[in-house]
Amino acid sequence: MADIKKVATRDSYGNALKELGAEKENLVVLDADLAGATKTGVFQKAFPDRHFDCGIAECNMIGVAAGLSTMGLVPFASTFAMFAAGRAFEQVRNTIGYPHLNVKIGATHGGISVGEDGASHQCCEDFALMRTIPGMTVMCPADDIEARAMVRAAYEMTGPVYMRFGRAATPVFHDDNFKFTIGKGEVLRDGNDIAIIANGIMTPEAIDAGNALAEIGIQARIINMATIKPLDQDLVLKAAKECGKIITVEEHNIIGGLGEAVCGVISENYPVPVKRIGVNDVFGHSGPAGELLKQFGLSADNIIKNARAMCGK
Amino acid sequence: MTPAENKDLRLKAVQVREGVLTSTHGAKAGHPGGSLSSADMFTYLYCKELRIDPKNPKDPNRDRFVLSKGHTTPGLYSALALRGFFPVDDLPTFRHIDSYLQGHPNMNTVPGVDMSTGSLGQGISAAVGMAKGAKVTGKDIKVYTLVGDGELAEGQVWEATMFAAHYKLDNLCVIVDINGLQIDGRTKDVMNTEPVDEKFKAFGCEVIKINGHDFNEIEQAFAKFHENQGKNKPTVILMKTTKGKGVSYMEDKAGWHGKAPNDDEYAQGMAELDAARKQIEQEA
Repeated sequence: MADIKKVATRDSYGNALKELGAEKENLVVLDADLAGATKTGVFQKAFPDRHFDCGIAECNMIGVAAGLSTMGLVPFASTFAMFAAGRAFEQVRNTIGYPHLNVKIGATHGGISVGEDGASHQCCEDFALMRTIPGMTVMCPADDIEARAMVRAAYEMTGPVYMRFGRAATPVFHDDNFKFTIGKGEVLRDGNDIAIIANGIMTPEAIDAGNALAEIGIQARIINMATIKPLDQDLVLKAAKECGKIITVEEHNIIGGLGEAVCGVISENYPVPVKRIGVNDVFGHSGPAGELLKQFGLSADNIIKNARAMCGK
Repeated sequence: MTPAENKDLRLKAVQVREGVLTSTHGAKAGHPGGSLSSADMFTYLYCKELRIDPKNPKDPNRDRFVLSKGHTTPGLYSALALRGFFPVDDLPTFRHIDSYLQGHPNMNTVPGVDMSTGSLGQGISAAVGMAKGAKVTGKDIKVYTLVGDGELAEGQVWEATMFAAHYKLDNLCVIVDINGLQIDGRTKDVMNTEPVDEKFKAFGCEVIKINGHDFNEIEQAFAKFHENQGKNKPTVILMKTTKGKGVSYMEDKAGWHGKAPNDDEYAQGMAELDAARKQIEQEA
């Protein structure tokens, strides 16, 4: 995918907010002194009266967003994943989740591809934390087109939403005809030898792995699973039944994320072997995003290696 | 305020206090101490200050109240019931399994509750968001929130106050119940939050200090809050109160923060409140 266009989904977030803001007067955006990094600055420039910087106070930002939502506004609260899901977890749980308020959380800089900032900012726990909140929708887009569609879909649904966006520019593989539906996975490549279920910036790696595996006679079904909760159980079970083995790939701790969500569905309904590829319950460290992803096994090469082992080829 | 109005409010406050005892006694749990210290404020807010309609509890143009010290539901629910949001007879179901009267305020089950709270420090942020929302949508809505003095140790209270001052939310009224006690003892011993007035002033708020058990002072404080509209500063009312006020054995006792009266204590408390009612009624 070396020649194709690359966009960071945090840019998609900022651009989508600006586009949607022009249509929806009740859309407001909050940030915590990171508007330049989360890209809500793009919205702020267009709609300064509807962008509220909360300063470096994420817990208060979440509460303010809750209050705004009760006044008929649709707030998008924005900061890094570490602070949205991590620092403000209890505020999200009690002040947004428990009353089921119509607040959208736009969390950028998710995962290890934050890069040079190192472990303190590399949030690999957010899917797990947010999944445990009843009624919370949890999503992570795979590219620019899906990210922008996701922001619109989040606005159009009622209820709390957590969206994780990335810092690093990654390949855009969807085309403009792409239709996004919350809670629906997407089969990107057909195959019955093994299913590879990925999301976020791991989906392009899974596509690459699928192409390489085909060359050695393994037909992998590649599924992009942008919605982690509610999970597309039908698609997961179909893959389990038709492929018989599954690899999950996520830029997240293997504990509590997409992999365990998939395991939960199949172990209760149709058990098949699953290999979870992700961050193996360790903290990250500083380095260029691309090198880190390779080092932590978040790569097409590692997917191929595991798929071959599971398929005995 | 006329003497007759003052008398009427004091009689209503007796009813609110009776509801505090009835609900916590019925639940065999709950928080009577801080409910009683705020009982006069709850009474004034729901009987006089807030522009609300029990027949239309979700009116988008109503004033909002957020109980940031969410554990004092007995006081809030008692005032809501008195104002007609739900039957007073339901108060004994407080904290019972399947009752809509949840242990801490639930905006989705209890009519008249504007925000689900209970985790300290968070309600004030939601109130600040409501006040900002009223400004953004151009609505003349006032937002009130009640915070405990122990709660002031939560850093989020100060994040929210900073936001309120920064965004010039003069439609926000933060009321602090300074009863001087928290679970582990005297607030000054557990975590000294004084000087509270200087702190809020330094954060850019208009600060008013009153006796939280004097309806004339409460009325004057809210009059000042209304005068502050257009002055671009949030108003903070610091009310000095007695924890457990109105029930002799609970007064100024940290042990009654989160403990329900047993049958004998309930009977004694209700008798004391009834005596207080009779005394007020006999006034000229």
